[in-house]
Amino acid sequence: MSQIPRTHTSLMERSGVLALILLLPSAIIIFGLLIAPMCSSLMISLTKMDLLNPLTSREFIGLSNYIEAFQNPLFWAAFGKTWYFALFTVLIETGLGIGVALILNQDFRGRSFVRGLIILPWALPYVVNGIMWKWIFDANYGAFNGLLSQIGLIKSYQIWLGNPVAAFHIVIFANIWKETPVAVLLILAALQSVPKELYEAARVDGATGLQCLRKIVLPMLKPVIMVVMILKTIWALKEFDLIYVMTKGGPADATNVLTYYIYQNTFKFLKFGYGSALAYILTLAAVGLVMLYIKNLLKEQELES
Amino acid sequence: MNHDLGKKATLEGVKYVRNFINNDNRNFTGLQKSFRSDQISKKKKLGRVLLYIAVVLICVTILAPYTWLIISSLSYRVDLTAIPLHWIPQKINLENYREIFFSSTGASSPNRDLRYGFLNSLIIAVSSTLICLFAGTLAAYAFTRLNFKGKKPLYLLILITQFLPLAVLIIPLYVIMKNLGLLNTRLALILADCSFILPMMIWLMRSYFMSVPKDLEEVARIDGCSRFGTIFRIIIPLSTPGLTACGIFAFIIAWNEFFTAFILSSTLKSKTISVLLSEFSSKVGIDYVAMASAGVIASLPPVIMALVFQRYIVQGLTGGAVKG
Repeated sequence: MSQIPRTHTSLMERSGVLALILLLPSAIIIFGLLIAPMCSSLMISLTKMDLLNPLTSREFIGLSNYIEAFQNPLFWAAFGKTWYFALFTVLIETGLGIGVALILNQDFRGRSFVRGLIILPWALPYVVNGIMWKWIFDANYGAFNGLLSQIGLIKSYQIWLGNPVAAFHIVIFANIWKETPVAVLLILAALQSVPKELYEAARVDGATGLQCLRKIVLPMLKPVIMVVMILKTIWALKEFDLIYVMTKGGPADATNVLTYYIYQNTFKFLKFGYGSALAYILTLAAVGLVMLYIKNLLKEQELES
Repeated sequence: MNHDLGKKATLEGVKYVRNFINNDNRNFTGLQKSFRSDQISKKKKLGRVLLYIAVVLICVTILAPYTWLIISSLSYRVDLTAIPLHWIPQKINLENYREIFFSSTGASSPNRDLRYGFLNSLIIAVSSTLICLFAGTLAAYAFTRLNFKGKKPLYLLILITQFLPLAVLIIPLYVIMKNLGLLNTRLALILADCSFILPMMIWLMRSYFMSVPKDLEEVARIDGCSRFGTIFRIIIPLSTPGLTACGIFAFIIAWNEFFTAFILSSTLKSKTISVLLSEFSSKVGIDYVAMASAGVIASLPPVIMALVFQRYIVQGLTGGAVKG
């Protein structure tokens, strides 16, 4: 590569200055709207910012909010529900993602049509998704009741969203329906990078389809599956919109996951300090997970090299 | 890399073993040969049938709920509240759509308010997309082609921000917007959307830029083009598919966003269509048809964009994530 003569390096040519200019707009947005709020959030979480008692606002109370959270059974209930939600969602979405991706990787007529169709649930706004499933599971006239009773599986219409356990799992299902396409697309892309000759060679050696799957495909998919699982867990931990639209945390707090609990405490009970502490606990959980993943990834890279 | 060698070896191996098997086949008697190929093709046929059943199941699972929403929006309540349920309405009901699109006189109605929501969503989504594309492209170029102090930690910081739950940002954002007097403005929502779309844009654009060969820039710079100029004359034109993918991505995410819009808006001045939709049930009560039609309207832009540009979106999703 030829060297560019550096006799007249204008200001714009120097890497440092150019980088500064290029990064400026992003820096303003990210620092102003992400980093600053994050720090501010930390500060608020250390105060007793209760908008119902303005006299005690901004009173520095250290870690009291955090301690209050850890002593509050409601917090632990929400915490537990969040992790159940995340675990259930991730496991099923990943499993379904692999299954559907494997199917979509086969040759069949109309394949590109179906592959294009897959993106539909992801494109739906969260609120529309919530309304749609709420309507389908409506107690009086919902399609689910209608279908089941027409087939003869139930005698009378059930109040699905009124039953705490059922409601929780319906919300999980609605989330899975919307989010699985992303997993499918990611895994499908990885599947497509597996050269076809590997399959043929294994087939010729007498390997059945199942053996092909276990010995060839799954090992090659491991990195993608890890990415998918981590992304999905983080997104599941963040889920709020669906719960607000479908059940508003109910029935009887059945779907009151941590994000909804944070919303309740902050914008309904106006306990900004407590809410901020809760939000930070959630953040630490999410970031902790990412750190674990990065550690794992680095370890694997070390083993490979 | 291992792949290439492996590919060559397996190709040779496949050819050899195939010949061997074919030769073997010729030694069977006619009856045995046809029986064996019958068995193989029966198994194949069963496999194909199962495959198509699975594909149909997938299509139904994806399409049925949304189709039902559309059908519901076009039905009369009489059909929807009938038991047993009328899956296909006897008459098509266009009342709600007519009210949403065409009614102009009289008192405000939830359906007409949807227009404001639609407009707000449009303005906010387009503005966020343009801002993030602009800032993101410049930043991504800096991370790809330039070397400067603090490059790695800065990029790591940007990556980590993607994993922050909105909950932790929304409280201070609310306070900031309140102090700036920006509560219930479109600008506040645009800024809020940018805050979490921008890191994603930088991440995605960076992986696209990395696939643009460096030599082209070198040539242009020798020809006298400034560094800044190469961005606009070479990199951007070459990564147009990537830019389009990111733009569509950003638009859909901004349009679908609910939580920040919900918290930061309070009147029709800034409420997005998602927010209006979340309040619809309290306004129209048990008017399921109106809810459904509102839902369909709210979902049309992202769904249409996703279906029309699905190739770009798939590229966007997989290009960034899988390469890391």
